[in-house]
Amino acid sequence: MKALIIDDEPLARMIVLEYLQDYPQIQMIQECNDGFEGAKAIHLHQPDLIFLDIQMPKINGFEMLELIENPPPVIFTTAFDEYALKAFETHAVDYLLKPFSKDRFDKAMEKFLNQSTRTIQQQNTQALLQSVVEKNASINRIVVKTAGKIKIIPLPEIFYLEAADDYVKIHTKEGTFLKNKTMGSFEKALDQQLFVRTHRSYIVNIQEITRLDPYEKENYVAILKSGTKIPVSKNGYTKLKSILGI
Amino acid sequence: MAASPLKVSRFLWLFAAGWLLWICLHTLVVNKYGYPFSVALWDSIISNGLLIGACILVSCILGFYLPTMQRSLFVFMLCVGLTIVWMLISYFLTIAVINDYNNFPSFFILSIPVRLVIGFLIIGCMALLSALWYTLQDQREAEKRKAEAEHLAKEAELFKLRQQLQPHFLFNSLNSINALIGVRPQQARTMIQQLSDFLRGTLKKEERQWTSLEDELQHLQLYLDIEKVRFGHRLSTMVENEAGSNCQLPPLLLQPIVENAIKFGLYDTTGELTISIHAREEGNMLIIAVQNPFDPSTTSPKHGTGFGLHSVQRRLFLLFARTDLLKTEAIDNLFTITIKIPQPGNIQLEQPKNIN
Repeated sequence: MKALIIDDEPLARMIVLEYLQDYPQIQMIQECNDGFEGAKAIHLHQPDLIFLDIQMPKINGFEMLELIENPPPVIFTTAFDEYALKAFETHAVDYLLKPFSKDRFDKAMEKFLNQSTRTIQQQNTQALLQSVVEKNASINRIVVKTAGKIKIIPLPEIFYLEAADDYVKIHTKEGTFLKNKTMGSFEKALDQQLFVRTHRSYIVNIQEITRLDPYEKENYVAILKSGTKIPVSKNGYTKLKSILGI
Repeated sequence: MAASPLKVSRFLWLFAAGWLLWICLHTLVVNKYGYPFSVALWDSIISNGLLIGACILVSCILGFYLPTMQRSLFVFMLCVGLTIVWMLISYFLTIAVINDYNNFPSFFILSIPVRLVIGFLIIGCMALLSALWYTLQDQREAEKRKAEAEHLAKEAELFKLRQQLQPHFLFNSLNSINALIGVRPQQARTMIQQLSDFLRGTLKKEERQWTSLEDELQHLQLYLDIEKVRFGHRLSTMVENEAGSNCQLPPLLLQPIVENAIKFGLYDTTGELTISIHAREEGNMLIIAVQNPFDPSTTSPKHGTGFGLHSVQRRLFLLFARTDLLKTEAIDNLFTITIKIPQPGNIQLEQPKNIN
């Protein structure tokens, strides 16, 4: 079985390697310093298990998992993260709190090795990601994958989000990006004072709106700085009014 | 100023009803002495109308200025003065209105002592009630303020405790030590020593007002050394001290700034990074600049002025009453925080001059 470790601290990787010596059936194929390397290595090697730290440079462990289509089973290793701990417990994904003992490590491995199927573990991971996104306070960036590269979009650079089947189109200065997420989860995760869902299929950055024009009866259209016209439903108009104070 | 008791509708109704009753009684008494009803009513309305005015006035005055118990003579004199003024005005006004009924003026003059006593009692009562009301309001507000201040103090203390513990730093350091024990036990020992010295220093420093720059930099070096073990070759540091040896600064002021720089630098870039700290003197100011790299394409420099720096700014303001002592600057991919610390030595030197 192939395993990967993704952690930005060399000594933290070392202790996992040391503990893994008792598991000859598991072969450590690569050590990764950050989420970028991690995402690339997972794509390349398709490991059976990853050890993943949460707080890492540029993109954190959860953001990295979001970029991967079918994430492998994960054992999280983290020092301290209040909200994440709750998510771990509810979704039966195993986690190791640093510093962890060999006994605790063995238990996590036992759980992984005995776990019925890989699909169940993957389902757990997906459910975990969902709950982390929902419980997390408002996000301040969106991580996307485009043409094999990872792109971090700071929120102020976003013009608006548009629903597109199972994806959400993120329109920015530098073009349009796709993210495999729902409008609902974006609506929850983005700061309501900065991003407003003006329509079933649109979430708009308030800073970008220059004008609100009436359009047909009871409907409005928001004109952005870029000139784009975004439909505003009756409900969306009420929300915009209360935030803009008009 | 606290809300006047007359702004409470319950009291206002009581006040109005009482006066209506009193005006009727006054009219009936004067009427009983043989004066026609209209004359009695006019007399009552004028004299009591003015008395109502005096009552409202005394309540307002006490609302603006509430004397202490020792100065209750002021309230007494106020009541006496108001009573006399009220008497004079109501006399002349009544005479002017009821001049067609021949012997009414002499009746008025005869009744002046009675009117004076009643007027004084009513104004006095109003003054006492108002004073009591405002004192109660003041007390209630003071209690509220006290509770709020206590709440704030508790919150600040909790925050300080949480900051002091720095769970992330502590647990990750322990994890590194755990890893070192197996392969490099000697280095594990060194790191335990550094971590203990660092924690002890943090605890000890809390009590002092000022600490020397050298001490502070030494303490910081422990922290930097631990971080260097944790992050290996990725992190290097450069500490330059060009300031004089007698420079001082409030303890643990630099710590959150350096922590911020390390966090910002480590988590915003992926390559190797250097954190530099540079201290110098300019006039009677100690100037310390802390520099870290960041990625301008993904992070706005504003991100760096997070909660840690906010608390430093607040502390500088509380200590020196100045808001211009902390500056942040982002040029290319380098983020610099500069703090200026007015030196206490010079403040002490200036003080004797002021006394002379």
